[in-house]
Amino acid sequence: MATERVIFTKEMKRDYTILLPNMLEMHFKIMAEIFRHNGYRVELLQNEGQGVIDCGLKYTHNDACYPALLVIGQFINALQSGKYDVNRVAVMMTQTGGGCRASNYITLIRKALAKAGFAQVPVISLNVSGLEKNPGFKLTLGFGKRILYAVYYGDLLMNLVNQCRPYEVTPGSTQAMADKWVARLVEELNSGKSPNYKSVQKNYIDILKDFELNLPRTKEKKVRVGIVGEIYVKFSPLANNNLERFLVAEGAETVMAGLLDFLMYTVNTAVVDYRLYGMKKTRAKVMKWAYDYLHKKQLDFIRLYRENSTFTPPTDFEKTRAAIKGYIDEGVQMGEGWLLTAEMLELIESGATNVVCAQPFGCLPNHIVGKGMMKIIRENHPGVNLVSIDYDPGASKINQENRLKLMLAGAARELEQEREKQASAQPTPTEV
Amino acid sequence: MQNTAKLSLGIDIGSTTAKVVLTRGEEILYECYKRHFSQVRQKTLEILTRLQNLIGEERVKVALSGSAGLGLARAAELPFVQEVFATGETVRRLEPDTTAVVELGGEDAKVIFFEGGTDERMNGTCAGGTGAFIDQMATLLDLTVEELDALSLQATRIYPIASRCGVFAKTDIQPLLNQGAAKADIAASIFRAVVNQTIAGLAQGRRITGKVMFLGGPLSFNEGLRRQFVHVLKLAPEHAVFPPYARISVALGAAFYAAGLSEDYTYGELISRVETCTTATSATSSLAPLFETQQEYALFRARHAAAAVEYTDPATYRGDAYLGIDCGSTTTKLVLMAEDHKLLYTYYNSNKGNPVGIVKEQLEEIYALCGNRIKIRSSAVTGYGEELIRHAFHLDEGLVETMAHFTAARYFNPRVDFILDIGGQDIKCFKIRAGAIDSIMLNEACSSGCGSFIETFAKSLGYETAEFAKLALFAKAPVDLGSRCTVFMNSSVKQAQKDGATVGDISAGLSVSVVKNAIYKVIRAGSTEELGDHIVVQGGTFLNDAVLRSFERELGRDVIRPAIAGLMGAWGAALYAQSTAKEHSTMLTREQLQSFTHKSKAAVCRACTNNCNITVNTFADGETFISGNKCERGAGKRAAENPLPNLHAFKRDQLAALTPVAGKRNFTIGLPLALGMYELGPFWYALFRALGFGVRFSGFSNRKLYAKGQYSIPSDTACYPAKIMHGHIEQLIEDGVDGIFYPSMTRNIDERVADNCYNCPVVAYYAELLSHNMDSLSTVRFFYPYLNVNHTGKLTENLLAFLNAEFGGFGKREVLQAVRTAKAAYEAHMKRIRREGERAVARAKREKLRLMVLSGRPYHIDPEIGHSIDKLATTLGFVVVSEDAVAHLASAPARPAALNQWTYHARLYNAAKFVTETKGAELVQLVSFGCGIDAITTDEVRAILEDGGKLYTQIKIDEITNLGAVTIRLRSLIGALDQQEGRG
Repeated sequence: MATERVIFTKEMKRDYTILLPNMLEMHFKIMAEIFRHNGYRVELLQNEGQGVIDCGLKYTHNDACYPALLVIGQFINALQSGKYDVNRVAVMMTQTGGGCRASNYITLIRKALAKAGFAQVPVISLNVSGLEKNPGFKLTLGFGKRILYAVYYGDLLMNLVNQCRPYEVTPGSTQAMADKWVARLVEELNSGKSPNYKSVQKNYIDILKDFELNLPRTKEKKVRVGIVGEIYVKFSPLANNNLERFLVAEGAETVMAGLLDFLMYTVNTAVVDYRLYGMKKTRAKVMKWAYDYLHKKQLDFIRLYRENSTFTPPTDFEKTRAAIKGYIDEGVQMGEGWLLTAEMLELIESGATNVVCAQPFGCLPNHIVGKGMMKIIRENHPGVNLVSIDYDPGASKINQENRLKLMLAGAARELEQEREKQASAQPTPTEV
Repeated sequence: MQNTAKLSLGIDIGSTTAKVVLTRGEEILYECYKRHFSQVRQKTLEILTRLQNLIGEERVKVALSGSAGLGLARAAELPFVQEVFATGETVRRLEPDTTAVVELGGEDAKVIFFEGGTDERMNGTCAGGTGAFIDQMATLLDLTVEELDALSLQATRIYPIASRCGVFAKTDIQPLLNQGAAKADIAASIFRAVVNQTIAGLAQGRRITGKVMFLGGPLSFNEGLRRQFVHVLKLAPEHAVFPPYARISVALGAAFYAAGLSEDYTYGELISRVETCTTATSATSSLAPLFETQQEYALFRARHAAAAVEYTDPATYRGDAYLGIDCGSTTTKLVLMAEDHKLLYTYYNSNKGNPVGIVKEQLEEIYALCGNRIKIRSSAVTGYGEELIRHAFHLDEGLVETMAHFTAARYFNPRVDFILDIGGQDIKCFKIRAGAIDSIMLNEACSSGCGSFIETFAKSLGYETAEFAKLALFAKAPVDLGSRCTVFMNSSVKQAQKDGATVGDISAGLSVSVVKNAIYKVIRAGSTEELGDHIVVQGGTFLNDAVLRSFERELGRDVIRPAIAGLMGAWGAALYAQSTAKEHSTMLTREQLQSFTHKSKAAVCRACTNNCNITVNTFADGETFISGNKCERGAGKRAAENPLPNLHAFKRDQLAALTPVAGKRNFTIGLPLALGMYELGPFWYALFRALGFGVRFSGFSNRKLYAKGQYSIPSDTACYPAKIMHGHIEQLIEDGVDGIFYPSMTRNIDERVADNCYNCPVVAYYAELLSHNMDSLSTVRFFYPYLNVNHTGKLTENLLAFLNAEFGGFGKREVLQAVRTAKAAYEAHMKRIRREGERAVARAKREKLRLMVLSGRPYHIDPEIGHSIDKLATTLGFVVVSEDAVAHLASAPARPAALNQWTYHARLYNAAKFVTETKGAELVQLVSFGCGIDAITTDEVRAILEDGGKLYTQIKIDEITNLGAVTIRLRSLIGALDQQEGRG
């Protein structure tokens, strides 16, 4: 079965359509536009539902993890839809090359495609570790930098939506605002002007102000629920049964770190590999530079938040990183690794004491970085409410929702007690 | 009226029961506990109407709770309170000094801790239900729950029964039953398993101590379960609270919660809300009906009626006959076949946990039928109980069930190339190539329970199986239940019930699920063309027309279902008996049968350190049969003089030779013999010795050792090799070591045959988990530095830093020297393994013996983790080698399609390549349940083997301790090999 992989050639770049899986709607929409700007014909897959899951079940090892199953399901479901010329189409997936089974998504996709009769479809690995190369696809420095813009924008919009949707006065107004900005950013990227960091910052300010001033919100106090987890299940509504929407509907505000954090974590891996294990010095130096570059940008954004809005900015990654002291070592770097623990701790420190940890059923790293850290976190932070939810094709939604409701019930009680405490703490005038 | 408090109504609707409580203040005015048979709304109304007089004209406050209560509350727009939260209300109100609550419901299990902030936990997606589980087990034993409970109080011993999920437990219980273990002991063991499951699955490292309150139906009904809890948790009587309101505690909590709400209702308002509410839009997706019209069904029936066997009247038949017995896990089947392949007599029924008794009864019946006209020339038995029945009744032949089914299927279609058998407990399927069994797939423990699952479900909804199946045929909207293990299906059914699915819809959905499970989980077929052109389906489950129809639907074509689908194993055995018949049968005669007796006694085998739980069966003629043993020594045989090479045993001996040593430093380091220590143990042992420390290993695992650590396991879905690590830590602490060492290592040894040398995340970082979840580690020092064994310089540097930070006074040269010593020791160790591997391969070649590469990961040689499958394989005549003993013999490194960046994986691939290049060599891969990355290796190893024309055999292992299924697998492999070689 060790068939040669199909290379994505330079010729293919011209007339092949590259299909992208969907993990984060807003991020990926903007990202797709940047691909187009760089001469690739891409399409962001929008198919979802049982058909996708069935396709995944049919063409993947059933013990493969849920994200792989969904991504594969989405690809094959699309290829079978008749919408595409299956001889003029490629698919793309990220590849990290780590010690988790996730680094094998690419081979699982290839195998599934062959099994479904699409062996001719090239699978392009999007990686920065030099794992697989394709002459038709080059991640140049300039291109890569602009993809980052999509991450910046996407994180910003996601963060603002999370902070606004639970409080919007007019239902749907937050989504409308976000959609408007995605469309505007796509249009701007499409206009032919070469985007640069300066324009990103300007847009950043405009977006912050627009949300701040033109989106009416109530002032009520809601339970803040943090979401951490395996990256795909954490972000993708398809994988987590619309977790964010469910929590908002139940009267909570969701809080989660963006994609930039994961990127910084990934870049940091090489630095740690050198420090702990003496591996690849040059690579470590390059990655350290990249880390500092990304961190500097993050600090810029935090400043822009503060200067232009009352919204809570993302947390300085250095602070997130420091949170794990006494809990877990930075050496744990398969899957989400130490970052997942760090995000739980950071959320708790910033007051989101209810945290949902979402992962595929049987996720190996999460045995350690998720469930494995909950005992000590609970001990050190009495009263926090941690709930771990497994997702997979057979998991029943009612069980998941029941567990979330349990967490919310506890949170609501605490919020109530806090309110009472505050009420009773009102100074009573003393008679003179 | 004295009590001025308002009326308050709590309604708890769970997965199987509805509970209603009416209170005024803390006074309970009315309580009710009823099964609802998934008729949620009707049952609720029925109970409410009984309250009319009690409520009268007063206004009443109300809250609903429970998994099925959620949907009703939404639809009727009534207040809802989460069930664990409701329990908390009850406790806070009535027993505020409680420290923990254990609450078991129909399908949920909960533990609530009250100290240091409320910490509430519910069972995850994997841990099966408990009340439903007990029901299911009672059915299995052919007892009512009350009888099960009463029996459990007379138990004298407890068998280990896997506690992770109901399906596993079943796999453990079934063989115990077949072996004749006492029901009382099994009953108590079932309750113990529930206790272990609650502790391992829910408490997850937090000890349940202090004043513990036990709530929920199962705990309030079963004395035996209560005793087990008190015993295992070591609770003093005053600390174990079993309140009278145990079974209605959630409803009571809901009532207390309701009292604090502002809305209230009149009786009429309540009734009309529940009456008029329509279930909200269905969240459950549905499938097309199995049959649209009666005519369609009639055609289907007619087509399948063609595959029949003729019957002949035993009262008139004269001549020879052949007896086939299929002693399955839940049912016993018998066939008496005439010389011309006509049926004289058949029997199909549940073995009621006593297969020997059933067979005896049946033989008497058959002898009576035969009179002097019919002579039973030969007899054969197959199935789980093969050995037991063969010994008991001196049958002529025994054959492995896969071969029996193949023989039977071939009778109906000589060109058969694919057989699917779904029985009560298992799915078997095999492909036939060139007239021989080419590949065999058995369901892994996790998706079993197929036929009996439908049966149990039918019962729980109040139907007979046949009736339940009938309802499915014309159901309008079969529920889509997915294709995962049955525990998940339980929850999906729950959801469907909530969404208003009819019983027929559920029955049809279950049929589709069973089929999907078989196709996508067991066979893992991508397209139906892969299965074959001539498909025969059999097994009792296929007598259910709904299942058969679902299967043909899923395949998109017709298959053959013999009319005797449920008897195929017995039919195959009868055919086999005919083909091997001698002049006279050895089977007990009618006279001998009259004096037949059977006694079974449980015992523990002391022939080696495994201490297997065995059952000694004694029959009237003095014949004894021992079951439950893991190797031939348990059966009373002595070790052979020149035993077959067994690399697993050799490797264990190598590790056992590293005995505890003292050192000049007066500080003993303990090395837990689990996970990565099985690979690098000799390295660390030599290193610390060279540095002057005392060193000792924790030794091999056993069940007891596992139990020592199970309290601190935070993730119940982790693999068994990881979970057992907790026991090793406890063992070392008991042994009195001063420190424990288990390094964190992203990368393993680099053998330079692959693209990288990763460990899996669990092996790499498990120490991080241990350090935060094992309270006992606070009594010793625990070291888990981050190390890279491939980089002598960096390793020395990191070790030096670690040693000086922890102890001080180490010099660089000293450490460097120790690292070199360690490397040399490890290399010598690996070299010995490879040499021994070569010797074993040479002997197999010389003596023309079959060679089995029993492969997996290094820790699979542990006797508890690997369940001594290596010994079983040598018993069956294989020379056994491990993957690391032969990987170097491959002509060149294998190039798998998947990323080849894990050390252990590369060995597997190369060992597979070696097998394809070696005549007489086979590979069997051991896979631990829950091993995510073996999802990759299994596919790759299979591809390498199949490309090289070899069979692939995979054995999934977990806590399961019975070898019955493994034996079938290995014997089927032998059967397939025999056939390929024309021996069979």
